[in-house]
Amino acid sequence: MRANNVLGILYTDAYNDCISDLTALRTMGSVPFGARYRFIDFPLSNMVNCGISKVGVIAKNNYRSLMDHLGTGKPWDLSRKNEGLFLMPPFNHGKGSYSGRIEALRNNMDFIHMSKEEYVVLCDTNIVCNMDFGKLLEFHQENGADITLCYKEGRYPMLANVMRLDLAADNRVKKVTVSPDAEEGEGIFGVNFIVMNKSLLERLINQAAAENYTTFEKDLIMKNVDKLKIMGYKIETFCSVIDSVQSYYDTNMALLDPAIREAVFDRMNPVYTKVNDDMPSIYGIGSRAKNTFLADGCKIDGEVENSILFRGVQVAKGAVVKNSIIMQSCYIGEDANLNCVIMDKYGVIRPRKSISGDTSYPIYIGKNITI
Amino acid sequence: MARKTECLAMLLAGGQGSRLGILTKNVAKPAVPYGGKYRIIDFPLSNCVNSGIDTVGVLTQYQPLELNDYIGNGQAWDLDRANGGVHILSPYQQIKGTDWYRGTANAIYQNINFIDRYNPEYVAVLSGDHIYKMDYSKMLSFHKQKNAACTIAMLEVPWEEASRFGLMFTDDDGKITAFEEKPKQPKSNKASMGVYMFTWSKLREYLIADEAKEGSSNDFGKDVIPAMHEAGERMYAFPFDGYWKDVGTIDSLWEANLDLLNPVANIDLSDTSWKIYSNNPVTPPQYISDKAEVQNSLITGGSHVEGEIDYSILFSNVTVEEGAEVKYSIVMPGAKIEKGAKVQYAMIAENAVIKSGAVVGEDPQECADLNEWGVAVIGPGLTVGEKAKVRAKVMITENVEGGAEI
Repeated sequence: MRANNVLGILYTDAYNDCISDLTALRTMGSVPFGARYRFIDFPLSNMVNCGISKVGVIAKNNYRSLMDHLGTGKPWDLSRKNEGLFLMPPFNHGKGSYSGRIEALRNNMDFIHMSKEEYVVLCDTNIVCNMDFGKLLEFHQENGADITLCYKEGRYPMLANVMRLDLAADNRVKKVTVSPDAEEGEGIFGVNFIVMNKSLLERLINQAAAENYTTFEKDLIMKNVDKLKIMGYKIETFCSVIDSVQSYYDTNMALLDPAIREAVFDRMNPVYTKVNDDMPSIYGIGSRAKNTFLADGCKIDGEVENSILFRGVQVAKGAVVKNSIIMQSCYIGEDANLNCVIMDKYGVIRPRKSISGDTSYPIYIGKNITI
Repeated sequence: MARKTECLAMLLAGGQGSRLGILTKNVAKPAVPYGGKYRIIDFPLSNCVNSGIDTVGVLTQYQPLELNDYIGNGQAWDLDRANGGVHILSPYQQIKGTDWYRGTANAIYQNINFIDRYNPEYVAVLSGDHIYKMDYSKMLSFHKQKNAACTIAMLEVPWEEASRFGLMFTDDDGKITAFEEKPKQPKSNKASMGVYMFTWSKLREYLIADEAKEGSSNDFGKDVIPAMHEAGERMYAFPFDGYWKDVGTIDSLWEANLDLLNPVANIDLSDTSWKIYSNNPVTPPQYISDKAEVQNSLITGGSHVEGEIDYSILFSNVTVEEGAEVKYSIVMPGAKIEKGAKVQYAMIAENAVIKSGAVVGEDPQECADLNEWGVAVIGPGLTVGEKAKVRAKVMITENVEGGAEI
């Protein structure tokens, strides 16, 4: 169904610390991913594809790259006369930055309150998943739920406040366990795509303010399991929750699998991103490219294999790039050799340098670094 | 009245480009795909924006639907402006009846009202079907410096090709002394590029006079320019020495595409200070599989390559399956080359399908009679059946049955 009665809210800073190298100069939402995207493109496109036309983007710090990426929201068709995209940097009457989700929402209560939509979908941006939010909303309505949590089965993300769920046969959430620390294990866990009625969210946030609650998952979800009808909605498609540099690397590499690529870049639900007007990629004489996913504007004269190349990457003659993620406008010099490397934007590898990590321990090279 | 504009551009985009045959059956020539992710009109439009011209009238007439849709509100070229921006100007109905654009000059004449709204000092008249990167602001400075009524961009062409062009003779100052239209024995190799800069008050006067003149074909090259010359107006040639190509024929379109892979052709689209903008479909990045062999080619978003690509250009969402070969060819958006098919010296239009084992085009070296050789063309949306064979120089306008030889 078309979800034009839903307000979208994105947390662009949640779990920044789990990939602290990549988020040192940016928000989680603006971390580059998948050859030409940034994380925020995935939940934002999910919202737009199901008809959501008003989206609030909560940003806490280092949000310049995020603002640059989103602009007026035009690529997502969110540059509107009515509704559209709202960037929400800290706004809390001079008390410093947000300390958590509840405070972030509380400080944007005016925005939430003034919105005329009946429902809210709250999304984190460390989740790579192309899913139909229309079906999620339909499920929420059909079940008469107060809150619907998306869930997945498998290894728990190594993150704080992951909601572990016990579900009844009808998918009602019987019990939620929240640990403030990352804990290993396997089972059913909540993925932070959460739908609720907007009036309920307002009530919960007001209550949280009165009771001095701080943790959304523990204080607003876990404590209300018996009082509210909380439902679990299983994510059936590919869904990866980024919890470490390793999972960032693995999820990028997963795009080399045709089935996963189909799921993430579903042609019926396109993933939108900022357009850069690069020329097509050019493959030189004597170049060799195998099993590689790459954006426009690349110039390949060397060898590339099992890799993800962002826009404008240049691989000079004789250079070999394997099992690596090379971000925008990096230059790999002649006869250089890279294996299992995550190279942030505008990096330069001088000729004949060699850097090698392992698929289980990729090496990160920071932005603007020359080696 | 709108804010005053110093220089406004009028882009002639109404041409059919009949020599491109099936490729322009349903679209105007400026909308023909070029270079992997562009259409021809992206070049003059991007040149305008990069030169600081923010008000552009696009004159359309032949099959304008796709062109209108492509240009939209001009956002892709940063031409969605509060003042100015891009305007599609189609022929319209007037009190005295409806009139098609009868010639290039008449097209501008019919839009004098549009131009007057912006009250420009200068008007650039451009073709919508040339591939070139040019800074019109330099041409404008030249025009002002020479205090000219009309400045024509001029390219020195090889002498053996000169007879195909409108030629100019100039004095040492660059002032045009004479014109010669496609002479058999050229005495000059200074060709007009069909890029004009006019002082609007002068052009306005000559357009009105030309319209009143009986028997005029209302064409810039044939009528307006000679009339200005005869009247002794100051006319100058602005020298240009970059890449420029009129992609009027199948062979020249094919060549102009492959020029992008030719380092001596001097057309570089990677220069970020002079980007060519385009309006592209939303596609994921391209994927090159472990079975693919790609050499000396351009490939863009959404394409999926498992076969062998050599000296070719693949547009968006092209699929080349395992064992298929694409050589010296242009494959336009959405086309599919199935397993084991062979495409060589060919242009495959949008969404065409080449079934497995089919062969399209011929290598000139294997062609018995070189005069019979040419680029093979498969029209948009058509299917070439399994194991069918399409010879060189053939233009396919209907589906080809499996096993057929054409």
